[in-house]
Amino acid sequence: MGKLSRRNFIGAAGAAATLPMLGGPAFAKEKMKVGYVFLGPIGDYGWTWAHNKGRKQVESELGDQVETIYVENVAEDASAIPVMRDLVHQGCKIIFTTSFGYMDQTIQVAKEFPDVKFEHCTGYKRAKNVATYNSKFHEGRAVLGTIAGKMSKSGTLGYLGSYKVPEVVLGVNAFALSAQKQNPAATVKLVMIDSWFDPPKEAAATETLINIGCDIVTTHTDSPGPLQILEQRGLYGFGQGADMSQFAPHAHLTAIEDIWGPYYVERVKAVLDGTWKSADTWDGFKEGTVKIAPYNKAVPADVRALADAVQAGYKNGTYNIFTGPIYDQAGKLRVKAGEVMADKDLAVIDWFVKGVESAA
Amino acid sequence: MRIKLEKRLNPSVFMLVATPIASVLLTMLIGLIVFDALGIDGIRAVTDIFFTPLLAAYKWQDVAVKAAPLVIIALGISLGNRAQVWNIGAEGQYIIGALAAAGVAMAFGTTGGFFVITLMIAAGVLGGAFWGAIPAWLRVNYRVNEILSSLMLTYVAIQVLGYLIGGPWKDPNGRNFPQTAPLAPDQTLPILFPGTTIHLGVAIAFVLPFVFWVLTARSVFGFQIRVVGSAPDAARHGGFNTRQTIWMTLVISGAMAGLAGALELSGALRNINLGFPSGYGFTAIIVAFLGRLHPIGCLIAGIVLAVTYVGGQVAQTSVHIPNSTAGIFQAMMLFFILASDIFVRYRVRLVGRPGKAAAVEAGE
Repeated sequence: MGKLSRRNFIGAAGAAATLPMLGGPAFAKEKMKVGYVFLGPIGDYGWTWAHNKGRKQVESELGDQVETIYVENVAEDASAIPVMRDLVHQGCKIIFTTSFGYMDQTIQVAKEFPDVKFEHCTGYKRAKNVATYNSKFHEGRAVLGTIAGKMSKSGTLGYLGSYKVPEVVLGVNAFALSAQKQNPAATVKLVMIDSWFDPPKEAAATETLINIGCDIVTTHTDSPGPLQILEQRGLYGFGQGADMSQFAPHAHLTAIEDIWGPYYVERVKAVLDGTWKSADTWDGFKEGTVKIAPYNKAVPADVRALADAVQAGYKNGTYNIFTGPIYDQAGKLRVKAGEVMADKDLAVIDWFVKGVESAA
Repeated sequence: MRIKLEKRLNPSVFMLVATPIASVLLTMLIGLIVFDALGIDGIRAVTDIFFTPLLAAYKWQDVAVKAAPLVIIALGISLGNRAQVWNIGAEGQYIIGALAAAGVAMAFGTTGGFFVITLMIAAGVLGGAFWGAIPAWLRVNYRVNEILSSLMLTYVAIQVLGYLIGGPWKDPNGRNFPQTAPLAPDQTLPILFPGTTIHLGVAIAFVLPFVFWVLTARSVFGFQIRVVGSAPDAARHGGFNTRQTIWMTLVISGAMAGLAGALELSGALRNINLGFPSGYGFTAIIVAFLGRLHPIGCLIAGIVLAVTYVGGQVAQTSVHIPNSTAGIFQAMMLFFILASDIFVRYRVRLVGRPGKAAAVEAGE
């Protein structure tokens, strides 16, 4: 009898673990594995829910060739690193890391496994095997701002943000500029909660915004918590990342829906075909990555028409909310009349437009 | 028939060693039952949390890196606990230690090397010691309970961290994300085994328990701590200074937590963001108790707790339970270990009719 050392114990355990696999179709080609690292729970009905919907589309369209694995509630710190390594060890050939805070971790793990492709959502650091992708959420914010500017009675709008990163700043500015097109006196009260998903904190911040006079509140955080508060108070808001109308049937005017499915399918296919290349993708209404959910019946026909016009303008390339003149909070002219901000400038924006006021 | 508790003359050595092991086993059992009841594969969950990290070789480095701060912080905490001084604020001392080290690194720009790293670590130790000294000062001079003051100072430390990384220390290339710039490559601790994440701090964490063991078992100070903790009146008669003991234990445990923070920054995480305080300072309290406040016990318990952290991540990918499940397991362990203390100091016996009980006692 062989001695049971640690080494052959692991060997035996490993052999035992592979046994069930032999039971399947013996010569079927092994499916390629696709990994997803999620920030929140897939049941957040917002950001992560939308990414998970994209994952499901990969399963349904490419299910005969690939298998997907996901991990929820992954913190945006060093603990994300072993999670990514785990996915590699489970055989993933492409891994989507779906939050800004996984940026350095993705780069680090990608360096360790040059044969695995990584796709980091909303970041700006790339490598030979790390691509980045993002959505022009701010185009959707322009639609929400149009509706809010037209429908707000107080002219004071609330904005619940997470961090002062360009993605959030862009959303705030697009919302404020669009609202001011409908009501030049409109102001946006801004609170940053230093988190993407924290339902109690989101709810508390929403209360604060309501108490200082905001009658419409939009969020760049991921839970439906704020909408539920707005529903109780008889005020209005918007869904983030997904249609959240089931949580607030009266308050939910519409939502920005993130449609990741087509991108995920395309990129996974590219790995299967061997044509995958690192790239930076930033799509919006035109490509179908940003979508506006059905309007609430509380949105009047004239407001719908305005909102539809913004969407149509983005789809055919004739509209851009970042067209000058644009002034910053201090009243300084940042973009001259008629000038349009380039994508590369939008991607690094760190200043707020006139009419945005800190509420915290 | 009833259950009777009899105080032992001396704590049972068998129980002292057996109860921590029983606590871990009981935690597994309860976990298994609860998960199965929730419709999750309980055996798989418990296996992944407690055994996969030990069986899968590529997980060992994660266990070692997680265990390092837990062991170092627990050494300090157990020193205080032996003297009945309760430092609940190691998390805050850990944060301040890391911030102090980051401050030194920033002051040197991208210059690194042995001198700068040593200075960073020294700053971490001093930062943690300072944060630990505050509750000591309050306790000694104003009789403020150190449990409350040290705990509350943790939240102050978190605010300090938030202010620094969102303000003056914000990474200029971080596009406004609240975090410090990554340390320069020369400011990070050397990696002991190329290709792994095992840094010098891990080695320090494995050596320190033996240093503590020798010091506490052989020095007058070690004896003083034990006497002050177990018999304050005797300590006073013996000329041992209670005030000095409070100062020393809180400053040393603060220094240890600060050291752990500096090592974690320079060895593992390399920058500070809002997720930096991940609860090591609190988990180390469990480590200290599970390790029976003994330095070598802390080393073993630190590894056990690290396994549950790493295993929690494994279970996250395999059975899709949230990472925080590991926290529930850790809490269960603490609960069982504290509850089982009674077996160390008391003998449990079933007592029947008076006559029979007397007979049993006589027969012993």
